[in-house]
Amino acid sequence: MSEENKPEIDEHTGVETTGHEWDGLKELNNPAPRWWLWIFYITIIWSVGYWIVYPSWPTLSGATKGVIGWTQFTKLEAEQAEIAARQQQFLEKFEPASFNQILNDQELYAFAVAGGRAAFKDNCATCHGTGAEGGKGYPNLNDDDWIWGGHVEEIYETLLYGIRSTHEETRYNIMPRFGVDGLLKREEVAIMTDYVLAISGGAKTGTFARGAEIFKSQCASCHGADGRGDHDFGAPNLTDAIWLYGGERQDVYESIFYARAGMMPHWQGRLDENTIRQLSVYVHEMGGGEGVKPEERAALDVQGVSLDARE
Amino acid sequence: MQESSREPNPQYFKKQERIYPKRVWGKYRKLKWIAMIITLGIYYFAPFIRWDRGPGIPDQAILIDLNAQRAYWFFIEIWPQEVYLLTGILILAAIALFFVTSLFGRVWCGYLCPQTVWTDLFVWVERIIQGDRNKRKRLSEGPWTFEKIWKKTATHMIWLAIGWWTGGAFVLYFNDAPTLVMDFLHFDVSTTVLAFMVGLTLSTYLMAGFSREQVCTYMCPYARFQSAMFDDNTLIIGYDEARGEPRGKHKKGDSWEGRGHCIDCTACVQVCPTGIDIRKGLQMECIACGLCVDACNDIMDKVDLPRGLIRYDTVRHMELQKQGIFEKFRIIRPRTIYYSILLAIIGSVMLYALIARAPTQMTVLHDRNPLFIQLSDGTIRNGYSVKILNKTYLDKTFTLEVEGLEDYVLTVRAAGNISPDALFVPADSVGQYHVFLESNIKPSDPKDVIFTLTDKMTDFEDDYESTFISKRPRG
Repeated sequence: MSEENKPEIDEHTGVETTGHEWDGLKELNNPAPRWWLWIFYITIIWSVGYWIVYPSWPTLSGATKGVIGWTQFTKLEAEQAEIAARQQQFLEKFEPASFNQILNDQELYAFAVAGGRAAFKDNCATCHGTGAEGGKGYPNLNDDDWIWGGHVEEIYETLLYGIRSTHEETRYNIMPRFGVDGLLKREEVAIMTDYVLAISGGAKTGTFARGAEIFKSQCASCHGADGRGDHDFGAPNLTDAIWLYGGERQDVYESIFYARAGMMPHWQGRLDENTIRQLSVYVHEMGGGEGVKPEERAALDVQGVSLDARE
Repeated sequence: MQESSREPNPQYFKKQERIYPKRVWGKYRKLKWIAMIITLGIYYFAPFIRWDRGPGIPDQAILIDLNAQRAYWFFIEIWPQEVYLLTGILILAAIALFFVTSLFGRVWCGYLCPQTVWTDLFVWVERIIQGDRNKRKRLSEGPWTFEKIWKKTATHMIWLAIGWWTGGAFVLYFNDAPTLVMDFLHFDVSTTVLAFMVGLTLSTYLMAGFSREQVCTYMCPYARFQSAMFDDNTLIIGYDEARGEPRGKHKKGDSWEGRGHCIDCTACVQVCPTGIDIRKGLQMECIACGLCVDACNDIMDKVDLPRGLIRYDTVRHMELQKQGIFEKFRIIRPRTIYYSILLAIIGSVMLYALIARAPTQMTVLHDRNPLFIQLSDGTIRNGYSVKILNKTYLDKTFTLEVEGLEDYVLTVRAAGNISPDALFVPADSVGQYHVFLESNIKPSDPKDVIFTLTDKMTDFEDDYESTFISKRPRG
C-alpha cells in the first residue's frame, strides 16, 4: 500500500477518516454501535415472518398462500361487510320512509345525500359531470329547469326507467326533424329560430308574426301555445334562459333543422332500489329540484311513486 | 493519550460497554433527585388533577379526548381547528430549550430529559438491589449463582413494574383517569389502551434498562446539534487543566509543589453515567449532569484542596483564569438577547391567540364544482359550505347575512325547512350547512361578498370573506 492510500488519521480524535470531505469537514470512520447491527439482523428475521404469514413467493400457479390466509379480497369483503352492517341501521329506517319523510328528517336526509353523492360519482358523473353541471346535450342538474319534471318522484322515475332507454316504461318522445324531413323550408327554420330566440328574451324580428303562426301549427302541440313546454311530453321550456343544446342562433337553428333526442339509460335492475332513491334525493337537493320550496315540503303528500303527485 | 485508537482500527461495530455509575452525593446529585421527583411526580400524577368545567364536560385538568376531538389543559380548551396552538407550544418549547442551553449548557440533558430521568431511576433500583458500582460489576461479570439469579430477577421485575406504571400513566392522559384505573382493576380495558401500555412498558424497560447512554450518544439528534448553541460564555462542565495537570497519585503529606491538583483517582470517571473521562475536555457524550463535579469536590475536600477542579464554568473563564483574571458570568450576550426576543415574540403571539380565541367561528367555502348556476329566469346562484364552530357550552341559533350584493336571496339546503335566520348549532360542536346565494345580477367578474354570522343572544358577530361568481372565467 502506498503512502497516499493509507487512511488519514484525524489529529484531534485519533480516529481515521473516511476520506470524504465537505467544505473542510471530514467524516470520521467511527464504528457503528453493535446493537444497530442486531436490529438490522432482527429486521431480516422479521421479514421472514412475512413470508410465512402472508402470501409472498410466486409459484407456477399463483403464489404461496401464507398461514393466515390473508388476501386483498378477503380484506375487501370484510370491510364491505363492515360497511354494510353500519349502513343497515340507517337502511331500516330509510326503506319504509317516503320521500317527504326523508326530506324532513335530518338523519335520513344526510344518509340519502351521502349515499347519493357516492352513487352519482360512480354512475352519473360520466355524462353529467362530477358537479352535475352537465354540458351540451347533458342537462345541468343544479338548475331549476327540468324537462321531465324536477319533483323528487319524477326524478326517481327518470332514474328508474331512463329516457329513450331500452326499458319498457322508458320516458320517450320524438321531435320531428323539421329541416331534414322537409317539414319546414330552410327559410322557415330560420324564421322559427328567430321566433324562439325572441320568446326567450331576445329581440323581435320582422318575421315574428309569421313565426308565431308556424309555432302554433307545428310546435305548440308539444311545447305549448306559450312555448313553456310540458313535463308530460318531456318538451323543454323554450322561453327560459337555459338551453340544453346551446342558445346561440346556430345551435337553435340546428336543433330545429335536425331535431334533438338525447338518451339516458335506465337504472332499474342495475342499481338497487335504495341507491336509486338516495340518488333521487341527492339530485333533487343539488339545486332544489323544481317548484317545491322548502316551506312547502311539509304540505306535500308523497306516497311511493306517482307522477300525479304534483297535481 | 488514547494511543491505541491512533492505530487504524478494523473494528466496524462497537460493542456497548456496560457502565456502572458509582454512587455520589453533592449539590448536583441533590438537584437531580429534586428534578426527578418533580418531573416524575407531574408525569405520574397530573392526570388525577380535577378541573371543573361544568356538567357534561370532562373534569380532568389535562386531557386529550381523541374521541370527542378536544384537548383540555386547565382553563384552556383546544379544538382540532386550533392545533396551531399546539405547534406554537412546541416552537416555544424549542426556543426555550435553545435559550437555556446557550446560558447553562445541556441542563435539559442532565436533569430533565425523560431518558436521563428514567435511566437515573433504573440505576437507583439497580444499586438498591445489587449494591454499588463494584458489586454490580462483579455480579454481572461473575458466574450465575443463586444470589445473581435472584438479584437480577428482582431488578428486572422492578424495572418492568416501573415501565408498566409509565405506560399506565401515559394512557391516563387520553382517558378519564379515575374511571380508567377502576376499569383496569376490573380487567376491563380496551385493546388499544392495553397495546399502548405494553408498548410503553417495553420501551421504558429497553431504553432506561439497556439503551441508556447509547440513546444520547447515537440516537438523539439534539445531543448532536447542541454545540451550535454554545459559545465561549456558555456554562459547561470543565476540568481545570491548568490547575490539575500534571496529574498523578498523591500520598498524604507529600508536597503539592511542581504538580497538578488532580490525583488521578478517577472518581469523576466512575460516577459518570455516560462513561466518559471529563478530563479529556468537553465531549459530545457529556450530558452536563454535574455528577463528576460532586465526585471531584468530595475528593478535593478529602485532600484539603479548594473545590472546583472540575466545575460548571465557561470556556472564556477557564482561559482568563490561566492569566489570573477573574470575571463575572455574563448572562446578557447577543445570543441570549436574540433568543429572549424570539421567546417574547412567540410567547406574545401565543398569548394573543389564546386571549382572542373566539367563542364562535365561521368558515365559508365556495363550491368548486359548479362555480355558479344560471337559473331559468337568468338569476345567478352560487353555493357555499358554511361551517359554524360553536365553542361555547350553550346551544345557539345564528343569523346569516351577506354584504356586497344587492337584492340577494339566501336559502339553506338541509332537511326540513331551515331559514338563514335560524341556523341551529348545538353546544360544543360544529354545524355545517350548504347555502345558496341567488342574485339577479348581470354576469360580471367575481364580486367580493362578506358573510356575517350573528349570535342573536349576545350580538357576537363573525365575518368571512368569499366571492360571488357570475361568469365563467376566461383564460
